[in-house]
Amino acid sequence: MAAKPLGRRGLAPALTLNYIVLVALTLFALLPLGILVFNSLKSNTEIGANPLGPPRAIQWDNFPQAWEQGGFATTTRNSAVLVLGTIIGVLVFGGMAAYSLARLQLPGGDAIMLLLLVISTIPVQLFLVPLFFLWKQIGLINTHAGLIVLYTAINAPFAIFLLRSYMIRLPTDFEDAARVDGANEIQVFGRIVLPLSWPGFLTVGLVVGLNVWNEFFLATVFISDPDLFPMATSYYKFASRFSRNWSLTSSAAILMIAPVLVLFLLLQRRFIDGLTQGGVKG
Amino acid sequence: MTQIDTHSTATRTRTTRRRVRVSRRTITAWLFVLPILFLFLAVVIGPSIAAIYYSLTDWSGIGSARFIGLENYQRLFFEDSSFRRAFFNNISWMAIFLTVPVILALFAASVLAPVKRGGMLFRTALFIPYVLPTVVVAQTWRILLSPTQGVGALLADMGIGGFDRAYLGQTATALYAIAFVNNWQWWGFLMVLFLAAMQNIPAELFDAARIDGANRWQEFRYVTVPGIMPTLVFMLLMTAIWSFLIFDYVFILTQGGPAGSSEVLGTLLYKQAFNRFEAGYASALGLTMSLFAGIIICIFIALRRRGWEI
Repeated sequence: MAAKPLGRRGLAPALTLNYIVLVALTLFALLPLGILVFNSLKSNTEIGANPLGPPRAIQWDNFPQAWEQGGFATTTRNSAVLVLGTIIGVLVFGGMAAYSLARLQLPGGDAIMLLLLVISTIPVQLFLVPLFFLWKQIGLINTHAGLIVLYTAINAPFAIFLLRSYMIRLPTDFEDAARVDGANEIQVFGRIVLPLSWPGFLTVGLVVGLNVWNEFFLATVFISDPDLFPMATSYYKFASRFSRNWSLTSSAAILMIAPVLVLFLLLQRRFIDGLTQGGVKG
Repeated sequence: MTQIDTHSTATRTRTTRRRVRVSRRTITAWLFVLPILFLFLAVVIGPSIAAIYYSLTDWSGIGSARFIGLENYQRLFFEDSSFRRAFFNNISWMAIFLTVPVILALFAASVLAPVKRGGMLFRTALFIPYVLPTVVVAQTWRILLSPTQGVGALLADMGIGGFDRAYLGQTATALYAIAFVNNWQWWGFLMVLFLAAMQNIPAELFDAARIDGANRWQEFRYVTVPGIMPTLVFMLLMTAIWSFLIFDYVFILTQGGPAGSSEVLGTLLYKQAFNRFEAGYASALGLTMSLFAGIIICIFIALRRRGWEI
């Protein structure tokens, strides 16, 4: 039996079916998003008559209205505080730990790696209840700081694994030269290692930022003051309050996902690599 | 004599200095990990140990806890029918997530793997649902699954009846409808993981299989699947663990209803702890959920020890 030619031309016709399947799957993945965009541009009366199709009359006015009604000025700021606070916490403390594990021959480093592995597999549900009442006692309930501390601890193991493996691969020449010139470890870390491993830090920052922006469970538990709601919990309340107004809830949804989508499409490879390397999202 | 003395003093000074330098280095190394270790202690380790204790107490969350031994566990396993129902819902959830998204993702990844032109575009498009917030995905599908305005209604208008049902509002379908929505967001992520693993399989293996006359199915079965086995098994393991921990979609879409038909352990824990203030009982529930996850890891390790190639 003669083997089929394996070159490009030999395989090309067989791929038509692949493309058809892929287009169908892409429609399945993106059509709901398309309908969300459509609905965000319709009036609520039009949704009643035309729930899934493209809008007949575009209502740009929905967006300022959703922004106003959904309190987006406040929730955007709250979410930004949580995202930035957690990113800074994870990058600073996680980065320091990763540097120590990768470069400073930390005695007991293997034990710490094992501890990180254990911590990353412990489900939040195990420690949630005592943690909540501990936070309540020391006044960290209904504060952004309390949630940032929690998010930092939960996201740190992934960050340390990723940053450590990044730093291990860096050449040591620059660091050794700096040490010979009399730099201390903090200077070596800040002036040599940080600038060299910024792609690792960027990846971790994006993944952690996305996790916090989308996080719902812990935000629901730890923040009950509407003025402090991040976007996710605020949107949840908003959607049940305006459960009969799908044009408004759709516009608000677009406001919430627009920054995520823009950032994702700009930095897609870094996002996908980071999220798949993390592999773990509870 | 004097000379020797001087010499040994010098040696001693040098070793002392080196020891001082080594220990200073050690201290620096520890100073770099200390902040995050302290954070782990305060957030994860301390409260986890406390949870073990509180699970043995009657505690409302405020004030002192009363030690009651294993009473919470007795109530959980033998008396609480909502726990039993939630547990079986979690098992159904696990059965769904170990099969449906895995098969879909394997299929899509093997269709996408040989595509060179436009491959990255499809990969990005199929990944997009994964980066969306749960609350938005849930709201979008609430509309699409609506019996009066969703896809079912559209089909009914086109003359295809029978699909315009309130999937999220009926006890028979609520859990499956939620699982469907969660799946929609999840499978693309799985697909990208499988795709990356497939692209690491040496191309010669596929060529060899084709020269031997393997058809597409045989190629998939004997080259692709063994090639991605580590990724596949790891994700099955993680899926099994996460199946006991789900919360978001159930809470957002149905809150466990209607009539408890979609209640899972995660929503039950939330209600016990924060609506009914039975913090001791909720701790026992949290510990039990973690034990289920732990048991799955143990089974996995045991199978590996017995020589399963996973």
